[in-house]
Amino acid sequence: MVRCFLIHTVCPVSALGPGESRVLYSRVFGPDESIVSEQSPELSPEERRLLQKEKVAVVARQVRSSVSLSREASGRPLVETVPGEEALALQEADSGVIRLRAGDPFDAEMSALWLGVQSLGFTLVCESHENLLLAEGTLRNLTRHCLEHLHMLGQGSEVLLRSNRVDALLSRLLPHGQLLFLNHRFAQSLEKEVAAYMAK
Amino acid sequence: MYSHGSESLIKQARDIQESELQKFYSRLLKLLQGKELSHETIDSLQRLLLILSATKYTQRLPPELQKRITALLSSSAEQLQVLSSAVLRETLPSPGHEVNYNQEKTSLMNSHAAALLLSQARSRADLSSLCTQLIHGLEVRQAEGSAHSLSHTLPVINTILTHSPESLSEEHVTLLSKKLVDWLRYASITQGGGASSGGFFTGPRSRQPVPIAELDGTVSGDFFTVLCVGQGFTDDQWMNVYSFSVLRHWLLAYHSVSNGNTTADTDDRSEVDGSVVSMVSATSSSSRLLPPKERLREKAFQYCQRLIEQSDRKAHKRIDTDLQKACLVEAVCILDCVCEEDASLVFRTFPCVKALFSRLSSDLTFARVLLPIAQFYLHHGETAAVDCESVWNLVFGRFPAELFNEHFLAHELLRFLRLNLESLQLRVPQYTKSFPNLLKFLAWDSPAVVCDFADLLPSLVTTGTAVELLHTLLDLPCLSATLILQHRSACLPISDTGGRPLLLLDAFRSPSYRGLFLFLLRGEAGSGDTIDRLSTLHELLAEAADWPRVVQCAQTVPVLLYIFFNTVITGADDKLLAHLILVMLERSSLLLNIPKYIKEIHRVFSSQLLRLCKLHPSLVVDQSHELLEFAGATVNVYNKEDIYTHVVWVLGEYLSVSCDSRCSVRLITSCFETLEAVLFEITSSAPPPGTVCPAPRVITTLMSALAKLASRSHDLIPRVSLFLSKLKSVNRGGSLPWCTNEDDLTAIVTRGEELWSLLKAPGVAQSVLTPPPYISTPQWHRDTNMATPLRLRALTNLTHSM
Repeated sequence: MVRCFLIHTVCPVSALGPGESRVLYSRVFGPDESIVSEQSPELSPEERRLLQKEKVAVVARQVRSSVSLSREASGRPLVETVPGEEALALQEADSGVIRLRAGDPFDAEMSALWLGVQSLGFTLVCESHENLLLAEGTLRNLTRHCLEHLHMLGQGSEVLLRSNRVDALLSRLLPHGQLLFLNHRFAQSLEKEVAAYMAK
Repeated sequence: MYSHGSESLIKQARDIQESELQKFYSRLLKLLQGKELSHETIDSLQRLLLILSATKYTQRLPPELQKRITALLSSSAEQLQVLSSAVLRETLPSPGHEVNYNQEKTSLMNSHAAALLLSQARSRADLSSLCTQLIHGLEVRQAEGSAHSLSHTLPVINTILTHSPESLSEEHVTLLSKKLVDWLRYASITQGGGASSGGFFTGPRSRQPVPIAELDGTVSGDFFTVLCVGQGFTDDQWMNVYSFSVLRHWLLAYHSVSNGNTTADTDDRSEVDGSVVSMVSATSSSSRLLPPKERLREKAFQYCQRLIEQSDRKAHKRIDTDLQKACLVEAVCILDCVCEEDASLVFRTFPCVKALFSRLSSDLTFARVLLPIAQFYLHHGETAAVDCESVWNLVFGRFPAELFNEHFLAHELLRFLRLNLESLQLRVPQYTKSFPNLLKFLAWDSPAVVCDFADLLPSLVTTGTAVELLHTLLDLPCLSATLILQHRSACLPISDTGGRPLLLLDAFRSPSYRGLFLFLLRGEAGSGDTIDRLSTLHELLAEAADWPRVVQCAQTVPVLLYIFFNTVITGADDKLLAHLILVMLERSSLLLNIPKYIKEIHRVFSSQLLRLCKLHPSLVVDQSHELLEFAGATVNVYNKEDIYTHVVWVLGEYLSVSCDSRCSVRLITSCFETLEAVLFEITSSAPPPGTVCPAPRVITTLMSALAKLASRSHDLIPRVSLFLSKLKSVNRGGSLPWCTNEDDLTAIVTRGEELWSLLKAPGVAQSVLTPPPYISTPQWHRDTNMATPLRLRALTNLTHSM
């Protein structure tokens, strides 16, 4: 299962420190892991939410670091794309996967798959035994939809102002963090529903 | 993409004043009290969401607003459902208004409301109630025939199973297993959604059900799976997709659910009965006699076999070919899991898996599919007595050698190794010899995989290959550069006139240097520890010293060396340790010249040399010839200061009879003379051009070493004392050619004075500078004088405590 899906910056942000990342969208699936963990002391709901936000921030930072190291190593120049070139942006995106050790930050070991599209990163954190081929495909698909429906290649801030669209997208393609085996027909059917939602 | 606009929006949301916020709340409340769904309502809710999620500190909403928003969860407009669920997830319920998970209202729950309930669950009991209601909802809804709206049920149950398996009961498991069997195996085989086979003139009466199709267009001849297509889908076909998506995890985890009071025994019995039955009916398909879990296993087995067959068909679309690969991975993993539970299935499964392997093994684009197959072979190969050699040749041979730059494959392969380490070490002898190949993953993409190698490296250290492994680790940056060249060589045309790598590419391709690179690129250990022309290789690759990948790789080497030495020191014999010391001395001047790299490696060598000699002091006498050779070369003082200091220190400390009885007076004298010569040389002239003055530590260490050696062979004392007294008379105020700093000089001279005073009383000097073992490692319980009082005290304590 997928633990969380994030959209965050992977470029330097002036208001933040050098290695930090601004999280633009985050969705954590499932119950909070501290309610079933033996290790956590009794936390109040506020503390649990705070802890969860911090965990998400940790993941974003680690992915940011990974993205910049990967881009530095490959030496490929960043291709700037404009709205309308979503397919190209996706093709040119860097991708990778990091191992998040148990405790850092989630209780169990996780794999964080990422796609770096210019200044933003799209990250999927899933359990380590998960089918990563399926996860990779799902991440690409989600990213494509986000780029298209939220016009993310432009200068707008729809990812902040229309985050309900990402929620709706996730509820179809990744319901409650469940990766789905969708052939093109099933995918089309779900995408039609998504498009109908976005049109409202 | 990320603009100032977004940044300022977030800032605004965070900095909103309390008064403005309250005004906003009341405006929103008014909007929600109205009957219509307007754009303004949606926008305001979205804005509220932004305000709540922009900060990590939780806000509580005014109770009336909270109530209104909660009511929106069951609205007919999905946008309102989505937004209300998201808003409520970002805030906390008002005290006293927490959700009661035992209420019977959730049979009408939609996906977004379920998400809220999941995220606000406070205990396992809450999750358990949620689970019960969802399953109840399944029964109710299925009777009504609207199963598509149940699409969220299986994912939510799977989430609960992931986080808190104890929240499910045996009953839940039995019920769901039955349903899964139905959906997986008995879903409709005709197309749904009113598809008809007729053309323009067909009316509703002549609408015949159209059968489902395979991905290559042919009509499907067997039960429905995720690899079947149609114009539209029926509800149970949707549930087929969801069922398969949760299947593997369900099979892995359904054992860890909570057992009821009396179900424990019956469960065991049914397991035994189930496996007896399945052995008997090994080829029969009448599995109706099996209990639900075993029946599910059987159906899962059939489903996976069908998927494997379906994956051979040529799909028309890219998304479908990708899905076929993902299905293959999933199918093999499920078969592996099912065979673990029921070993009798291995004989039915192996032919299928073996055929799949033969089909895919020559196509490297299926590498990620071949990994689960390798896992299957590892788990069940022995049971089936199958030869796995070709599998391991792929995993340890071709994959690292040819696909080192594929990060997903690297991640999955290394994970496979980590999880199966014990098994591999036992059953796959080529594992420990394959480190030259495996390290290619590290050389290419160090930051991503160094964590995995930190875990794997200890298992790759064996007595036979330790020295070669050390050399390989030290040359990892060279391997990195070579892989880049190999990769570019394959990608770039020969006549490319772009940048620097071209010169190196020529060297890479030229026959006179080919052997050097081929050694680095070797796949297996055992053909030699290292090469003679290492310095040539380093010269060639000097250009690559600032390539980012090479620099990143160089940064991981010191860490890996520490892990290497930690592993090798425990349980290694003296011979190997001696060899390692020699390697360290030799390689200290044979490293790729990357800034900071050489210094870091020297630091590791110094600390490890010290550690080795402390543990096995006799090594110093053993290797005295080589150590003296190193210590006698004055040039080492200037360009390997760290290591030099430590070599001198170990010589001074451990070259004595108490450490090794083979230590003769002649050896001590010869060492003394070597060190004396160096000390004279460095304190009589300025350092050679291009180097700095030696640090005071070097000089004081030399002096101390000489004093220690002299204390063991008193004839040498006069010689040392002569030097030390000359040192005393040095002009402290002035600056010397070999020591320009006044403080440094003071420290050196002070130490010299201390040693000189000490050496005036040779007996005292000997006990101070060469303490006998019973002083440096006291074992009081063995000493006849000390032992008696200790024993008496221990006995007294014992008798008192009884």
